[in-house]
Amino acid sequence: MTSSYLVPLLKIVVILNAVLVSVTFMTLLERKVIAWVQVRLGPMRVGPYGSLQPIADAIKLLLKEDITPARADKWVFTLAPIVAMVPALIGFAVIPFDREASFFGYRVSLFVADINVGLLYLVSITSIGVYGIILAGYASNSKFPLLAGLRASAQLISYEIAITMMLVSIVVMAGTLSMVGIIDAQYNAHVWYMFVQPVAFVILFIGGLAETNRAPFDLPEAEQELTGGYHTEYSGMRFALFFLAEYANMIVVSSVATTLFVGGWLRPFPNVQWLGVLDYVPGWLWFLLKTFVFIYVFLWIRATLPRYRYDQLMRLGWKVLIPLGIANLIVTATLKVLF
Amino acid sequence: MLESIVFYTLATLIIGFGVLVVTTRNTVHCVLFLVANFLCVAMIYVLLAAEFLAIIQILVYAGGIVVLYLFVVMLVNLQRQPATAPGRRPQARAGFALAAVMLAELSAILVFSASHPASVAAAAPPAPSGMGNTTMVGLLLYSDYLVPFEVASMLLLVAMVGAIILARKDA
Amino acid sequence: MSTFDTTELTLNMGPQHPSTHGVLRVVLRLDGERVVGCDVVIGYLHRGIEKLCEHRDWQQIVLITDRMDYVAAASNNLGYVETVEKLMSLEVPRRARYIRVILAELQRIASHCLWLGTHAMDMGAMTVFLYCFRERELVLDLFEEYCGARLTYNSMRIGGLPLDIPSGWDKKVRAFCDILESKVPEYEELLTHNRIWRDRTKGIGVIGGADAVALGLTGPVLRGSGVPRDVRKDEPYAAYSDFEFDVPVGTAGDTYDRYLVRIEEFHQSVRIIRQALDGLPEGPIVAKVPRLIKPPAGETYHAIESPKGELGYFIVSDGKSNAPYRFRVRPPSFCNLQALPRLVQGHLMSDVVALIGSIDIVLGEVDR
Repeated sequence: MTSSYLVPLLKIVVILNAVLVSVTFMTLLERKVIAWVQVRLGPMRVGPYGSLQPIADAIKLLLKEDITPARADKWVFTLAPIVAMVPALIGFAVIPFDREASFFGYRVSLFVADINVGLLYLVSITSIGVYGIILAGYASNSKFPLLAGLRASAQLISYEIAITMMLVSIVVMAGTLSMVGIIDAQYNAHVWYMFVQPVAFVILFIGGLAETNRAPFDLPEAEQELTGGYHTEYSGMRFALFFLAEYANMIVVSSVATTLFVGGWLRPFPNVQWLGVLDYVPGWLWFLLKTFVFIYVFLWIRATLPRYRYDQLMRLGWKVLIPLGIANLIVTATLKVLF
Repeated sequence: MLESIVFYTLATLIIGFGVLVVTTRNTVHCVLFLVANFLCVAMIYVLLAAEFLAIIQILVYAGGIVVLYLFVVMLVNLQRQPATAPGRRPQARAGFALAAVMLAELSAILVFSASHPASVAAAAPPAPSGMGNTTMVGLLLYSDYLVPFEVASMLLLVAMVGAIILARKDA
Repeated sequence: MSTFDTTELTLNMGPQHPSTHGVLRVVLRLDGERVVGCDVVIGYLHRGIEKLCEHRDWQQIVLITDRMDYVAAASNNLGYVETVEKLMSLEVPRRARYIRVILAELQRIASHCLWLGTHAMDMGAMTVFLYCFRERELVLDLFEEYCGARLTYNSMRIGGLPLDIPSGWDKKVRAFCDILESKVPEYEELLTHNRIWRDRTKGIGVIGGADAVALGLTGPVLRGSGVPRDVRKDEPYAAYSDFEFDVPVGTAGDTYDRYLVRIEEFHQSVRIIRQALDGLPEGPIVAKVPRLIKPPAGETYHAIESPKGELGYFIVSDGKSNAPYRFRVRPPSFCNLQALPRLVQGHLMSDVVALIGSIDIVLGEVDR
């Protein structure tokens, strides 16, 4: 009885801690990667080669004055960063890091829950995350952040449709909504879905960029925007929560891409026997490596590409990605039935 | 035992949030309580082993429809009518009357079903082993209920096209 | 359906703003997201330069001209000293004229580096900013070695130059030219064929050739609209008539073409510098001028092609005093900025930032 509650509880604690720590250090990773692309060094002062910079940032943000605008809605103002952060964190409940691993003699499965609607759970969590932005814009009690918040959430909702189409294509191929089941399906099919569904992969990645408000779709956050973003009135740790939520969302999207398209914890060429030496690398390490590659690509894109204007952004989502997504789905379904 | 605790807690929350939706002054708070209400309903679906329905409840209702409610409320700055607005008295009386009728109907249904317990055969057949809620819903939707499904999707399509045409500026 | 009350929204892009490249104030009138009107408010950097110069020695004024277009100080110096030399009918030695051309073209490269970096950064391409500044630093190092300053050079004298180039400087300039030629394709790789860049700049801020001439635009803004006017070719000054170079001209008159024109100007400037270095004559670097300069009474106007456009000086001397009687500058940024209300008509708010960058203004010049 206790073990059926204790083990998942422990897993939740471990995963949450890991996620929160990685999210804080991802700020450092972003600054370093972008700096190196830009012929600079990035943070170098705090700690060896600047590695303790996130701790300094966290202390600074915690000590900042907590300003709430005078006539803002206090409850909603406090609620908005929470509603932005929580969906990003609970998405990790269904991410499978490995099927099984042994720690201290116990064999545990490295995911909190393998529900049989795992993928759908992630999509619904994303749609809850939209509330964080809307409420942040509203709670600032000022017209421009409100409009910026509504615009940002409209962007999120539009790209959700494209992403969901892609996930459905994968579900059609794998025959199951469960995350572990999809990795198993890739194992049985002897191929990573990235090679079978390249269109879906690309569209999922672009949609993921838009969902997490990352460049080139980061107009809601850009400093050059004339009217200020939805988080204008936030300061201190609340402001930090929005950006930590963004990084956590990035990790979730990267993990989803890893699971769906590059085989999750499977090593490269899992069915090829003579590469069995690669089996010594544990599955969760492969998973983390692949996720890291995707995160790096997110950061790389931010350093390289200019920013889309809002109407061009929406045009891309509605007129290009959604028709492509529907076409991909139809082709996938037809081929699946025929073969 | 645990299940009863969870169920009664959720039921209290649902009723509580529902009451708050209709009594709160601030319109945005109303909508937020509605979201909370829908999330609790989704949790009840999970209790009933209908996980697909629960996720769809969150995805479509809480994450789609109520977001649009929120958009409208915020953009149009919808406010509740003040208590002194004309027409409140007759509205309140009509509301009470309708509520009394509903209460009478519900009590009649409860009394009737308590005195006529449903037969075992009329209960829904147990789920075949291994099939999740998603598969069952999918199978039913595309075999027994195909025509209503298609009609519903047509309706949605017409509504979408209509909305786009109405909102488009004359180029 | 038209029962909605739609009013114009007035938005102030205040003097302090990350994208206005200085203390420029733009008051936009918006209909939803579209700009229906725009008022430009300038003067926040007015320092009374023209009046100041009426109380300074002819030689001291060179210092002050540095501070107008502070991004391209040597060009300002050049324009001024050439105007006074024209007023005095002074012949500048050939060596000095060649070195002046080298300095002016290096300045053009530095100015365009800054323009490209800020323009790209306004649209989100942060990396180009740092790459361009890396090259600009090299130019600034060259100038520092020549005259000791990185931004305000005071690098010209009436009649020639204050200093001869240090030994080894010409080799460094050649090395820099090679470096730049390898780096400009890097910028182009990031921007020129980038789908997002093209979407943000093609068709934005279109102005036709005739309208551009009527508005008095000059420089890359004019050349982007198809008018092949370049003071270095049409009225050669310094040693430009000795060199072979092309004047890039655009066709569509939009932001993308103005961008392409300035990118090509990088290459042409390198071409000119290399020719100047190859043909650098020996000789004195300053003409025989009296210790106290007093041009004869008269007035003259002389223009040069600064990186921003046609920079003109109109100077009136009364022949008696130590300072000009009237010192008037025709700043290219000031005249080009007049086009902004025309250019932003009908565009979205996000395009205003792109257009301010595309015109390439320096507030020091606009306000003086």
